[in-house]
Amino acid sequence: MSTISIRKYAPKKYLAENGALAGLLVLALVIAIMQPAFLNAQNLLNVGVQAAVIAIMAFGMTFVVVAGGIDLSVGSIAALAAMVGALTAGPIGLLVGALCGLVNGALVSYGKLPPFIATLAMLSVARGLTLVFSEGQPHETDALVTFLGSNLAPMVPLPLLLMLAFFGITGLILTRTNLGRRMYAIGGNEEAAKLSGIDVRRQKLWIYALSGLFAAAAGLVLAGRLGSAGPQAAVGYELDAIAAVVIGGASLSGGVGRATGTLVGALVLAVLRNGLNLLQVPPFWQQVVIGAVIALAALLDSLRRR
Amino acid sequence: MKTLITARGITKHFGATKALDGVDLDINAGEVHVLLGENGAGKSTLVKVLAGIHGQDAGTIEGHASLAVIHQELALVPELSVAENLFLNRLPRRFGFVDRAEMRRRAPELLQRVGLDVDPHAKVKDLGIAQQQMIEIARALDKNAGVLILDEPTAVLTETETDRLLQIMAQLRQNGVGLVFITHHLDEIQRIADRITILRDGRSVGVLGPRATTQHMIELMVGRPIDEQYPRAQQRPGQPLLSIEGLTRRGAFEDITIEVHAGEVVGIAGLVGAGRTEVARAAFGVDGYDHGTVKVDGKPLRRNDVQAAIKAGLGLVPEDRKGQGLVLTATVGQNLELVTLGDRDQKRLHDIAGKLRIKGRVEQPVKELSGGNQQKVVIGKWLLADPKVLILDEPTRGVDVGAKVEIYELINRMTAQGRAVLLVSSDLPEVIGMSDRVVVMAHGRVAGELPGGATQDQVMALAVQEISA
Repeated sequence: MSTISIRKYAPKKYLAENGALAGLLVLALVIAIMQPAFLNAQNLLNVGVQAAVIAIMAFGMTFVVVAGGIDLSVGSIAALAAMVGALTAGPIGLLVGALCGLVNGALVSYGKLPPFIATLAMLSVARGLTLVFSEGQPHETDALVTFLGSNLAPMVPLPLLLMLAFFGITGLILTRTNLGRRMYAIGGNEEAAKLSGIDVRRQKLWIYALSGLFAAAAGLVLAGRLGSAGPQAAVGYELDAIAAVVIGGASLSGGVGRATGTLVGALVLAVLRNGLNLLQVPPFWQQVVIGAVIALAALLDSLRRR
Repeated sequence: MKTLITARGITKHFGATKALDGVDLDINAGEVHVLLGENGAGKSTLVKVLAGIHGQDAGTIEGHASLAVIHQELALVPELSVAENLFLNRLPRRFGFVDRAEMRRRAPELLQRVGLDVDPHAKVKDLGIAQQQMIEIARALDKNAGVLILDEPTAVLTETETDRLLQIMAQLRQNGVGLVFITHHLDEIQRIADRITILRDGRSVGVLGPRATTQHMIELMVGRPIDEQYPRAQQRPGQPLLSIEGLTRRGAFEDITIEVHAGEVVGIAGLVGAGRTEVARAAFGVDGYDHGTVKVDGKPLRRNDVQAAIKAGLGLVPEDRKGQGLVLTATVGQNLELVTLGDRDQKRLHDIAGKLRIKGRVEQPVKELSGGNQQKVVIGKWLLADPKVLILDEPTRGVDVGAKVEIYELINRMTAQGRAVLLVSSDLPEVIGMSDRVVVMAHGRVAGELPGGATQDQVMALAVQEISA
């Protein structure tokens, strides 16, 4: 009676993922009908560039969310990394971001703090350090960081390529590495993971460090695009990153989430912002619409899972 | 006799699988109607349809009584008091505020009906699982439930607690309540059942009377004759593979010494709370201990280090399958590879799934499997790691008869290959039937050791003895 077959299973999961994708396509279609300029190649590239920063940040967030945690500090870490990058050099910014993530991980795993609290503290500390180092002033980025935000060739924006590269890396980590497989185990059932011999605490260290590193990379891309690192850069981006992950079908209770979902989630947010601008919706109303879309996406997802 | 609920031709699909296929069921006033069947046979689905949690695809349900279900996962609020839980949702009120005096007055009366003697102000989280169950039953009775469905209530109870529950059930029966009782313990059925409906693969395959034999029930349940309930094949013991020496954790267990040899199954019996699980977890490195050593194949283990224990060749199948054994959000395959993540051999995964006769695909979410198959997945993840010693903590709790025997065969196969098994179990016939030696624990100490084939009375005599500290 053993019925082990290799047949592809989980149509539900497939649907959940295509659900977000279907939503993205419908959204794009509606906007394109109302404002054909949306489909202009330059505009579509802009959407991609606009999505890049949030997407890279959200990829890092995906690791944390899949492992059952949350990282509220990514916006601040992005700003700090960009500022340190502008004052010293880009790679040092990356290092600082990873270090902030390590501290988050240590607080969560060895300090046994809830991730919400640990990363809320880091949100404040990293933002404060950004202000301290910058003395409240924006600082120009160096050539290397500026290059990250530039076009590789006409119509080939580097941020878009970087987003795709990080997408690939994220998918690889989640599905093809032990660390990735352990993220699902830890987020799905931490006790079972522990009893299966997974060093949960050490894994969490790496998971939060990865999130910090990705946030720093996002910060550098953002600064590169603007040509400068500002003390108030990326304020509130952590919420967009979380929204992208959730729209992408990940569960905040852990154990569920995919790179493709997060990419689609980030694109949904960018398409929405771009479309609302094209349709000349007043910015105050844009926030209302975006909030409603997030709720709608989460609702649809919860309905599908029933 | 008055029929309280009549269900006819109940059919229910989940996707492509037919969970129920034309099931008939009558529930009469003043009877205990047992639902018996392997895990996945459709008992829980039937209960959920009766309770209105699932709608049926075909069939009718006529009812003349309100119905309450006591689920395995209790629906109590741990931080609230006994009284507040009893009246949850219907708290007596005066001037818009909770009327505590009224609650105090009515709570003892309700508790008395189920023979529960606890302080109504005690927090529910401070009570034992048996007492919590009684509170749920009392609450159901207060809502004037004419039919009470008990979904495997005894799975989490000790022997004495089970006796108590069966007494209460008999009393409720006398008061005209219709009881539906789900259990895997055939002895309980023989003690209390008036009628037994047996389900197999979503179909009702027979309705038996109170005098049905165990053999008859099992054969209907599995659809084939079962030769032996405990097919232990003894081996000649080899060198010691697991040595627990003088293990002590203050307040939990003291001076525990157990040796398990190659080819041997050593059982640990005892009452709930005797410290059996605590010892198993400490030996595996999950929790710490104050004194003593744990050696695997002669090499001492670092305390509190699960990774080291696994590397040395130890494995643990924990007592709480869903809470500690499985990642429910993941697939069968992902659960199987949990211990052996480094080595990604898909063929081995499929091999082991086939060998264990897991009914389900490797790509299937593990939460869709029945309890017995889920347990096989937990055991399978350890078999992939090929441990020298496997500690099994309540390996067949909530597992149906067919899967039980398969798990026993796995134990036999392991010991035949020169591995060793430490079997912690509250199921007395099982721990006696499958162990070559039984260590009995009481109050955190080893109360004595018995050879395989000891009687239940001998084990219980040791388990309940008072040890002067």
